[in-house]
Amino acid sequence: MTAIVFYFQVHQPYRLRRYSFFDIGRDQRYFDDTENARIVRRVAEKCYRPMNAVLHSLVDQHEGRFRCSFSISGTALDQMEQWTPETLESFQALARTGCVEFLGETSHHSLAALFDPEEFALQVNSHADRIEQLFGRRPTVFRNTELVVSNDVAAQAERLGFVGILGEGADHVLGWRSAHRVYRPEGCERIKLLLRSYRFSDDIAFRFSNRAWSEWPLTADRFAQWVHGSPADDRVIGLFMDYETFGEHQWADTGIFEFMKHLPEQVLTNDRFRFSLPSEVLAVEDPIARLDLPHPVSWADTERDLTAWLGNRMQTAANAALYELGPRVRELAAAGVPEFVHDWRRLTTSDHLYYMCTKWFADGDVHKYFSPYASPHDAFIAFMNVLDDLARRSERATVTASPSS
Amino acid sequence: MKVLMLGWEFPPHISGGLGTACFGLTQGLAHTGTEVVFVVPRTYGDEDAAHVQIVGCNQVTGPTMPESTRVEEGAASVDTPGPTGVESTSSPHDPPEDPQPLTESWMDPGVTSPRVLAVSSSLQPYQTAESYREWVASLEDSDAPAEARLPSTPATRRAFTAVEQVLAPFGWSEGAVRFVRQTLGGPDRFELSGSYGPSLMAEVARFATAVGELAQRIDFDVIHAHDWMTFPAGLAVARLLGKPLVIHVHASEYDRSGEDVNWEIRDLEEMGIRQADRIVCVSHYTANILKHRYGADPTRLRVVHNAVTHREQREHYHLEKAIEEPIVLFLGRVTFQKGPEYFLEAAARVIQIEPGVKFVMSGSGDMLPRMVERAALLGIARHVHFTGFLRGRDVERMYAMADLYVMPSVSEPFGISPLEAMALDCPVIVSRQSGVSEILTNALKVDFWDVEDLANKILALLRYPALTQQLTEEGRNEIRRVRWDASAQRVVGVYRELVS
Repeated sequence: MTAIVFYFQVHQPYRLRRYSFFDIGRDQRYFDDTENARIVRRVAEKCYRPMNAVLHSLVDQHEGRFRCSFSISGTALDQMEQWTPETLESFQALARTGCVEFLGETSHHSLAALFDPEEFALQVNSHADRIEQLFGRRPTVFRNTELVVSNDVAAQAERLGFVGILGEGADHVLGWRSAHRVYRPEGCERIKLLLRSYRFSDDIAFRFSNRAWSEWPLTADRFAQWVHGSPADDRVIGLFMDYETFGEHQWADTGIFEFMKHLPEQVLTNDRFRFSLPSEVLAVEDPIARLDLPHPVSWADTERDLTAWLGNRMQTAANAALYELGPRVRELAAAGVPEFVHDWRRLTTSDHLYYMCTKWFADGDVHKYFSPYASPHDAFIAFMNVLDDLARRSERATVTASPSS
Repeated sequence: MKVLMLGWEFPPHISGGLGTACFGLTQGLAHTGTEVVFVVPRTYGDEDAAHVQIVGCNQVTGPTMPESTRVEEGAASVDTPGPTGVESTSSPHDPPEDPQPLTESWMDPGVTSPRVLAVSSSLQPYQTAESYREWVASLEDSDAPAEARLPSTPATRRAFTAVEQVLAPFGWSEGAVRFVRQTLGGPDRFELSGSYGPSLMAEVARFATAVGELAQRIDFDVIHAHDWMTFPAGLAVARLLGKPLVIHVHASEYDRSGEDVNWEIRDLEEMGIRQADRIVCVSHYTANILKHRYGADPTRLRVVHNAVTHREQREHYHLEKAIEEPIVLFLGRVTFQKGPEYFLEAAARVIQIEPGVKFVMSGSGDMLPRMVERAALLGIARHVHFTGFLRGRDVERMYAMADLYVMPSVSEPFGISPLEAMALDCPVIVSRQSGVSEILTNALKVDFWDVEDLANKILALLRYPALTQQLTEEGRNEIRRVRWDASAQRVVGVYRELVS
């Protein structure tokens, strides 16, 4: 048997206002609520709700033989609760079918695993609590922000009790080995690594609507034939992608929804294949080998590394300043002043660093720059100004809070 | 491809950015194998001088970046001589020894493009009607002639007829045309007190006639005319010989003068823009002005950004900075177009938060006295330093001393100075109302009127060293890629649209 594992990523960041130097010390409203509400409502309408409806009917139609998994960041859950609660309810309805699994991740879509293990544990545990409360089951499989995995990240997830972790099936890590097997990261005892099959995944996520692609237009029938053509000893094919693929990155008029409506029936015409949840695959599959991931690998770009978030001086400086503030705001939270850690955690969302990315400019491809800001430098300035204000406020708060403690 | 190119000036005799740009463009064109004959107006001290002079051919050395003594059009270092180059023509004060007659030798295919021809004319770059009158009046007191006569030949008469037809729709043309008729082969020197008066427009028409005559002796495929002074000449040649005309707009009258335009110049620009086969402009920003202010046909508009000529060896200025306080620099003409008052408004906001910052305004211009008063009124006089006019090496030293350079221009067709600052590792903030902002990614950008945002960005650069490092390191790489060869390729593409 070969298991087909769908995992969809749902995430929304809290975008910042154009926070000026002159706002420092005067204005504590850091986030652009108007824009954040507008975007989550738009994406809910174009992607989350219509696609949830498609998936729900697929589960019903195939009587449980179609199944899929999600990872939803805590900030996305917050925004849905706040601005589009009916969308959150449609995810809960999917959970009740028993055919949809919700994975663990950091509450704030952060890179804390790399810079602040203590914060990482706090974010992962609070997110697990939230998932259990909303969807009725505590996650047992973990996916880190942007699929960033290393030996060390996997070990941290293992210590937090997860049985599996998702990763990118990057060529430079696998070498001659297949992404269609389960592995164990070096240095780990129990946790299993489930990899993304990037060619199959990107056929749907990136190439589907590309008219210059030789395979355009891609039909469910054709895609299923490719899947059926995979080697007989393949154990699992991980189709991991952003949920916005459906209706937002690929608009409805590309036929992406129709494609998905028909894909399961086409895949299931061959008895060798079945749809599985990540936890189901990992319960039955033993690791075929250890995989050494000394450096973090992500699912981003062709480099599959961290350069989209930490590739230039602005990004590394902003990231260093961010995590420097962590101990202080957590200390304040422990002393009964939670407001600083609340805002600070929203700043740990990796999107803020991504907006400062300049690597597209090297080859002049500015069209890849997808951001609420006019430029990466503007993104850096707004972020640093906010961080400056938060640092000043938390510093003052420490002074006033200490006599009472 | 053979091009008859008409400009205002060419190195080494340059006083503005147009000469620098034309040099860079012709060098780039040479690399594409395009043959260029470059015609400039130039004054001779001797009225008997041949009206066309061969200059330098391949011996001309151009200005380099950032050594260019020029900063902006007519900015801080106007009138300083260009970098030394071999020059075989004479200056107005130094009569030519033995004017070379026009021969076929300049057509020698072995000679590197462009071949520069100087047409005798009293036109000077960046003149206004007013400055022209003053200049001619000053000549009256000396022995130098204002005009050189045109030979009365059939070719000249044909050229004159074409100029007459081109200028017929214009009110000012009548005086101009009569003036040209008078100087056409006339035995006497033109009387400066003539009833139509000496006028810039009359000289533009006379230059056009001279170019028209010259064009009949040259083999070329396309005419390429830079900025308004040469538009009548370009149109006349196109009419006379049926060759396609490309005009190149480096600045419009609205950039130079705001709303207070000289209507003769503005109408001349519109005539060129409406009648040329293609209009090349230096930015999308300028393209928009041409569309909205002049009714340019978008299907004939082409944007080709300027570039910079790179110098291999650059002097280092690491030890230049003698004071500890951060320096924020404005450098350019202190005129409405350059937005000096926005610089001061932002300075006042920055100083409230960082009282230790020095603001330096370098350059001169009609708004300078008002800016000195404004600084006092804002209560920041202690923090603002006015250096006046800077020349040559002082310009480079100023960039090297500054912690950041601000170009808050109200309207800037291109604007080369940020590239010069970046070449000296000085981070820059440029207004979005500039052409150069379209090609730069490693610069901070503001709307010129948003002084709050300008102050915010000045403070960010002063407070966050990573931002400065990012902009200077990446900026250095970025400006290396701004090359004239690429711009020239685009211009050749425009020629190919017209010449099969």
